[in-house]
Amino acid sequence: MENVTESIGKALHDKFGDALVKQELIVDFPTFTFKKESILDVLTFLYDFEIYKFQFLTSICGVHYPDNVKEEEFCVVYQLNDMVKNQRIRLKVYTSEAKIQVPSVTSLFSTANWLERETYDFFGIEFIGHPNLTKILNMDDQPYFPLRKQYQLEDETRDDKDDSKFGR
Amino acid sequence: MSTENKDIIESKVNITKAPEGIEGAGFFATSLDQVVGLARKNSLWPLPFATSCCGIEFMATMASHYDLGRFGSERLSFSPRQADLLMVMGTISKKLAPVVKQVYLQMAEPRWVLAMGACASSGGIFDTYSVLQGIDRIIPVDVYVPGCPPRPEQVIDGILKVQELVGKESLRRRSSPEYKELLASYGIE
Repeated sequence: MENVTESIGKALHDKFGDALVKQELIVDFPTFTFKKESILDVLTFLYDFEIYKFQFLTSICGVHYPDNVKEEEFCVVYQLNDMVKNQRIRLKVYTSEAKIQVPSVTSLFSTANWLERETYDFFGIEFIGHPNLTKILNMDDQPYFPLRKQYQLEDETRDDKDDSKFGR
Repeated sequence: MSTENKDIIESKVNITKAPEGIEGAGFFATSLDQVVGLARKNSLWPLPFATSCCGIEFMATMASHYDLGRFGSERLSFSPRQADLLMVMGTISKKLAPVVKQVYLQMAEPRWVLAMGACASSGGIFDTYSVLQGIDRIIPVDVYVPGCPPRPEQVIDGILKVQELVGKESLRRRSSPEYKELLASYGIE
């Protein structure tokens, strides 16, 4: 698997140079971190890549790292599959909380439409170029982005929860 | 009909007892409240609002083994306009809450609500940002059935509790100031 990471990483580095920030092998999962401006170009390149053709976008999700250095509080993770050769890779781009914008990849993958809406719904990450970036799972007037870590997971309207009654 | 057959029918078929009243040759006098209550409680039309596993238990309750038809509720109404009893069974997310409320508003008075299971009653294990913490936050509830999910016996017990309320309800209750105040507290006219 290290060979796979090396060969894909070399091709990506030759093509994109400094836009490839980091390459690593996490257990058995080749992972590449890019600058966010280049994500659409990278996905387009990998779509018709010569060794593997990553033509299936399995998922997009957001991650919130409140303790990260500034400019890198939010991460968007793309997981791609080559169905023919059974190979998967993960791409990451980081974005800042102040300017929380990432280019949309809906022009390449239609499935990114719903996935990006979901990521927007839960993390508030704006995908520039998305045709209809509205909430998809939460109620329309949800006043905050619930998976950001500054909000508690529990329902905040409960007033009957007294820890002392549960021995806590 | 032979005497033997008549005995079998009388021993196996339950017929609702007549309310208290004055009986004489060719007449029977009682209060209107009791007659209407008797008729209503033994012909409740439930509207099943089933969203999860409680709905499966409700299906068992309706099926032949437990047979809710024995209590006069075999006719499910899938239109709120003809339903008497709204049975909310399962987790109601905050996004679904306006739908539950709309269904309740579409029901004609008198209407009753039964919250079945932990989720409908209190949010259950789903103490989270997306789940309504009990349907009594949006509509008034008459009977809560605990359990996760409740067994069909518990559902039948809940229905019998609703029947008890229905049978004893005064004809004036729905126009009383207390009832109007209750609805107003939920923002319902």
